[in-house]
Amino acid sequence: MPEVLKAPLVVEFPFTRSLGPVQSAFLTGLRERVVLGVRTTDGRTLVPPVEYDPRTAEEIHDLVEVAPTGTVTTWAWNHEPRRGQPLDTPFAWVLVRLDGADTALLHALAAPGPDAVHTGMRVRVRWAGERTGAITDIACFEPYDAEPGQPGNHSGEFTEPLTGIVAPARLDYTYSPGRAQSAYIHALSEQRTVGERCPSCRKVYVPPRGACPTCGVATAEQVEVGPRGTVTTFCIVNIKARNLDIEVPYVYAHIALDGADLALHARIGGIPYDQVRMGLRVEPVWTEGARYPDHYRPTGEPDADYDTYKELL
Amino acid sequence: MSKEPVAVVGVGQTKHVAARRDVSIAGLVREAARRALDDAELTWADIDAVVIGKAPDFFEGVMMPELYLADALGAVGKPMLRVHTAGSVGGSTALVAANLVAARVHGTVLTLAFEKQSESNAMWGLSLPIPFQQPLLAGAGGFFAPHVRAYMRRSGAPDTIGSLVAYKDRRNALKNPYAHLHEHDITLEKVQASPMLWDPIRYSETCPSSDGACAMVLTDRAGAGRAPRPPAWMLGGAMRSEPTLFAGKDFVSPQAGKDCAADVYRQAGIADPRRDIDAVEMYVPFSWYEPMWLENLGFAEEGGGWKLTEAGVTELDGDLPVNMSGGVLSTNPIGASGMIRFAEAALQVRGQAGEHQVDGARRVLGHAYGGGSQFFSMWLVGARPPQS
Ligand SMILES: [Zn+2]
Repeated sequence: MPEVLKAPLVVEFPFTRSLGPVQSAFLTGLRERVVLGVRTTDGRTLVPPVEYDPRTAEEIHDLVEVAPTGTVTTWAWNHEPRRGQPLDTPFAWVLVRLDGADTALLHALAAPGPDAVHTGMRVRVRWAGERTGAITDIACFEPYDAEPGQPGNHSGEFTEPLTGIVAPARLDYTYSPGRAQSAYIHALSEQRTVGERCPSCRKVYVPPRGACPTCGVATAEQVEVGPRGTVTTFCIVNIKARNLDIEVPYVYAHIALDGADLALHARIGGIPYDQVRMGLRVEPVWTEGARYPDHYRPTGEPDADYDTYKELL
Repeated sequence: MSKEPVAVVGVGQTKHVAARRDVSIAGLVREAARRALDDAELTWADIDAVVIGKAPDFFEGVMMPELYLADALGAVGKPMLRVHTAGSVGGSTALVAANLVAARVHGTVLTLAFEKQSESNAMWGLSLPIPFQQPLLAGAGGFFAPHVRAYMRRSGAPDTIGSLVAYKDRRNALKNPYAHLHEHDITLEKVQASPMLWDPIRYSETCPSSDGACAMVLTDRAGAGRAPRPPAWMLGGAMRSEPTLFAGKDFVSPQAGKDCAADVYRQAGIADPRRDIDAVEMYVPFSWYEPMWLENLGFAEEGGGWKLTEAGVTELDGDLPVNMSGGVLSTNPIGASGMIRFAEAALQVRGQAGEHQVDGARRVLGHAYGGGSQFFSMWLVGARPPQS
């Protein structure tokens, strides 16, 4: 059996977040070295603040400042910090109930080792040197033995409040297309297009998925199709996509390769874009070292009759 | 034991816009939910369960947003479910909520769907760089345009039909204060002169990218009896799925769509949808999908949908108005779009649709689809309760 392919897939995007009034005040406060909580109607102070009372569902926006000192309510040691975490040497994840708050905030505690951390220990905020209005404006917490800090009396009103943040997200996958598509891709490297036939309905799938989606059975019988085929339908793409290096306009077509029972998708070239038509007979054009045909071009044969491909659109 | 009749007693939505930078996601959903409760004259305490839907997580980059929305939606101490069926999700979310009432699991359920497209980029979310695949296309327009061409070939429709739909829907949107696009100076000529993006689809024949949320309060017969305004009664509801790609798939008129509609009509006792249904709010993200769905849903014979559009039958004052709200073409917070269709159907039979009210609308179909024409969800609502 040919090798099953694998490759890294990184999914990454700078999502934006509109903060709304409460998160806006909280993050702007951090920028100004002020920690704000929100007061519920029954008098509890929630830090970090939320927009809606978790008990009553009421909208809450009464902001109150709490102290930059507090107590660890529980913790876990992080032996191996990863990219994007608050500290790059081992540290404790902690829940800290700040003095004046009724709930605890998740953050990092700088400590020499797990023996130096315990529930109930006193800590204080270590502010980041450069602050932008983000939870990372608190660089981390650090052990603190002196008197509790005194909260200021900030109203939560700021000049130039932050209204939105960028929250970059990144997921690292190891992607495998699986056995059937790996075999398809290996065959392409020999400039052959190989699909698989369903043992039940006898349909030939290109590219193969390893199973027939209609019958729900595994497919294994390899069937070489093409290289020629018929354009069954298409569109002319006139807008350039950010992540695609293809000159516009170009024709994106569904092509039923001879012997295949559904169309695959490819670009048409070698003909002015406005002369491409349904039924056009085409063949692949390979470029050195490419995994896929660069495009398909007209073969010069007469157009296929609509009835021969109308089920393959 | 027969099913409990399900009534819509509250509908709420936000004013849909390109970007709601003044509210968080929680603030956005709260606004729609609050309006639905106000419409029903109910409070959070009257709600027994919450069913929420949105489009794929990649579209906003919040994994499982329902976790953080529980307090905004008053779901603490109550069951909360999330439904996920791509673009049709707003419809299937409402149906899951309705089924909880029909099965007498809960008496009154809040259902809500949303999208804050401004926080991400759906075209990016639909075009991830999958290894070993040849990147050919980005976004949904290029995916659907070849199917529109196939429809034109199959039906012989003149190429002006798409622009008629867009012109109609944008004019309907002018009568709907919640619609995103309010193009006061729209003309048919402007639609027809707009640039071809994915030929045969023009810019003006595509949907916008919106921030918005839609919510409904569904309740049982007793709840409907206490409602301050006329309820909409669910007469039938169904969902169907099929693979995105398979040999023999009919992208122009998918079998799952036909089966879904047939199930709804059977439940509601509809023999002839063209005669028995007064208006339709359907999921038309690209204008040509109006004639395509008219056929798929049984309002016209195969190849005949465009003739209804061309003859003005689907206009707001026509014999079968379609997309009275302005449709997806005028408002598209993706995750909410299906529920907005369902909600518009309910508003119409309640007589609460304001300037875009269809006179005498007694039975109205709400329709949604999603994925690669893969998921379908529909409901038929009526001004009077079901017979049985
Ligand atoms: Zn099969």
